[in-house]
Order: sequence, then structure tokens, then C-alpha cells
Amino acid sequence: MLHRRHAAAKILAALALLISMATLPPAYSFGWPAYAIILVTMAAIARLPALGLLGAAAAVLPFALCFAVMIALAGDPARGVWLIIRAYLSSVTALLLVATTPMPELIAGLEWLRTPRFLAQVMQFLYRYLIVLIAEASATRQAMMLRAGSAPALRFRQAAAAAGSLFARAYARAQAIHRAMVARGFDGHLPTSAKAHFQWADAGLLATAIVLSAGVRILLR
Amino acid sequence: MSKIVEVRNLHFSYEDGTAALRGIDFDLDHGARVALFGPNGSGKTTFAHHLNGILRGSGSIAIDGLPVTEKNLPEIRRRVGLVFQESDNQLFMPTVLEDVAFGPLASGLAAAEASEKACAALDRVGLLSKAGHAPWHLSAGEKKRAAIAGILATEPKLLVLDEPTTWLDPPTQRALANLLAGLPQAAILITHDAKFAADVAQHAAFFEEGRIVARGCVQEIAERFGW
Repeated sequence: MLHRRHAAAKILAALALLISMATLPPAYSFGWPAYAIILVTMAAIARLPALGLLGAAAAVLPFALCFAVMIALAGDPARGVWLIIRAYLSSVTALLLVATTPMPELIAGLEWLRTPRFLAQVMQFLYRYLIVLIAEASATRQAMMLRAGSAPALRFRQAAAAAGSLFARAYARAQAIHRAMVARGFDGHLPTSAKAHFQWADAGLLATAIVLSAGVRILLR
Repeated sequence: MSKIVEVRNLHFSYEDGTAALRGIDFDLDHGARVALFGPNGSGKTTFAHHLNGILRGSGSIAIDGLPVTEKNLPEIRRRVGLVFQESDNQLFMPTVLEDVAFGPLASGLAAAEASEKACAALDRVGLLSKAGHAPWHLSAGEKKRAAIAGILATEPKLLVLDEPTTWLDPPTQRALANLLAGLPQAAILITHDAKFAADVAQHAAFFEEGRIVARGCVQEIAERFGW
């Protein structure tokens, strides 16, 4: 059900939740289960594997933990704990958005929301060619494994050389891509085809998200 | 009547000083198809990139009588459809359909008409069922066909295909040869595949160290250079 909703509605709904969480003072952090319930319910409606989603969201924890430790050492452990919880819930929110919205729709949704075209294009190309870059990096790693017999633990100089080589290949690839785009008539902007219409069901989703986000925030004032 | 391609005394060197083209003279008639043979690094791709102005050397190039100059580049790029060696470089839109429709949309067609042309081009290369897929989820052969569809959708007067059979299995190669042989446009094929070239092109030219050192019918050139 969530998958079919307009990307702009989902982006704004996620934004409402994130703002609600970001503005909640640490003294009211005991209210975090309310956000968790909203997110788990959304994941269930979208029929996403809850455990997989919660596991993937944990990728943000090492970074959050670093800052939380610094805040705790500075004498405010409650704020540190809330930072970890908030970072984790924000990560779940972002994953929920990405898991229910294919990247092309997400970018179209950002454009629909009048995000500067340049930014949307940068995101589109970044996503498109990140995959190419990962393939290049993977090919390099595979070549090393074939010659070393296993994934070698790289020394600093080898790692630096590999990174330099990857940068050079990525730069050459970027030039080739630009040539191909120019050859096909690219003049600085990407023409867009017809996009989905914003429907009442999309407005309903957005209104629900705003009411829930604002409701939790008002109750925990 | 002017020729579709007229190149005179074309020279080009890369920024590192490598001389890639050393005085190319080349003509192609409307509707004619020629194969370019030659070792790697002999200047074939560099030459192809001059035909729609993405590389600019000294000498003169005209496409259907229109000189390749800065002012004429938008029109030149409408006339010359270039299929690159690496399809991954060519497919940059989020879905196959949007990518193939990019050229028609960029040339000013309305979305519905561009989509219609894109669907027709995808159908010609047998890829209509993948229209809604992301290009990076296609196999290498499908990417190549999508890239070719992207060029066919713009209905150029000249097709330039750089290694079009790379990654294609033999049945798909035959289908591509049949498709190209049935198109009305003039075509330049850069290929190492003499059989494919013989199926599609009437003539061939052989590149060596930035020069065209021989021209003739495909089989004659292939036999002479052991291609």
C-alpha cells in the first residue's frame, strides 16, 4: 500500500516524523516508543521484513555512539542516550522511505516538491554511477583476489595505490559519460516525461503522518 | 547532391601529445554502410567522436553538407547517432524507456510522442519488455541493445556504431545485423568482427596509426589484413 503512494507524500511524511523527533527535548525521550510504534506499523503496512529493516538501520549506530560518548563524557548522559535512540529511529524512517520508493520515483518526488533541479540531477547521477563505481571497485578487488589467492590485507601503500587507481578510472569514466551525454543532445538539463498525480490517498497518508508526528510532539511538550 | 559524410585532412592529438589522427580523408554516400577495421589504438574511435563534434581536430568535416562547427553542433548531433563502445556510459536515465526517450525529448518532441518513438525503437531491438527496468539491472547484451534503441529513436541520418557486437550472443548479433541491414540510414561500423561487417556493410576502410591505409570491399580488406 505504501509502495503505491506518491513519492512527494512519503518524503513529506518522513520529514514530519524526523522534525518531530529532532525537536523533542532529551527530558521527554521516554516517549520514543511512540515513534517506534508508528514506524513498525508503517513497515507492517508496507509488508517490509521488520527484522531486516531494524538490522539495516543499525548501520548508523557506530557513528551515533561516538558522538553519544563525547556528550556523555561532557556530563550529559541523558542527551547522549537520546542521541543514539533518535539516530536509530531516524535511520529506520529513512530506510522505510527508500524501501517503499524506487529511486527514480524518489527523485521525481523531490522535483515535484520543487527541489532545485540541479540537486535532483546530482542525486540521480550519483545513484546511477555509484553502481558503476562499485562494479569498478569490485572488479579491482576480484583481480587482486585472483592473483593473491584470497582477499589480501592491504598495506597502506597498496591501499593508497588502489584508491588512486580507482579515482583515475572513475574520472576517466566520468569523462566518457559526459561525452556520451553531450553526443545524445544533453544541454545541461534532463527532460522529464509525465509523472504520477498526487491523489487523495497520498494527501491522506501525509495528513496522518503530520497528525501523528505533531500529536506525539504536543503530548510530550 | 552532397555526401552524408565528407572529411578532409583531419588531424587530432590528445592532450598528452599522442597523435591519434594524421590526415584522414573520408567520404560516405547517403544510405551506404562502411566498416572500419584496424588495430586497437589506430584512431577509429577517435575518428568516430569527431563526426558529431565531441572531439574537435583540425581539418574539415561536413555532415550532409553541414560543416561541423560550434554553431552547428545541436543540428549535427541530431543528424549523427553515435553508439558508444561502453553501454554503461551511454545509459544514464533512471529507466530504459526514459533513457531511450531522452534523445527525442531533448530534440523538442512532446512526452507522448517521444515515448511512442522510444517504444517503437525498443520493439525493434526486442527490448520492449524491459522498458520499465533500470538500465543497471540489464545484462551486458541488453544494455547494448538499449543503447542502440536510444539512437534509433532519434532517427538520425547517420549511424555510427562503435563495437556494436560486443557482449551480444550470436543470435542477437544476427538479429542486429538484419536490423542494421534493413535501415535506410548510412552507417559507419567500428568492429573487429569481419563476418558481422560483411553482413551489414558494403565497404571497409583499414586504419593504422591514425591513417586510412586501405579501402575496398569488406572481404577484400579483411583478407588482405588477416582480419
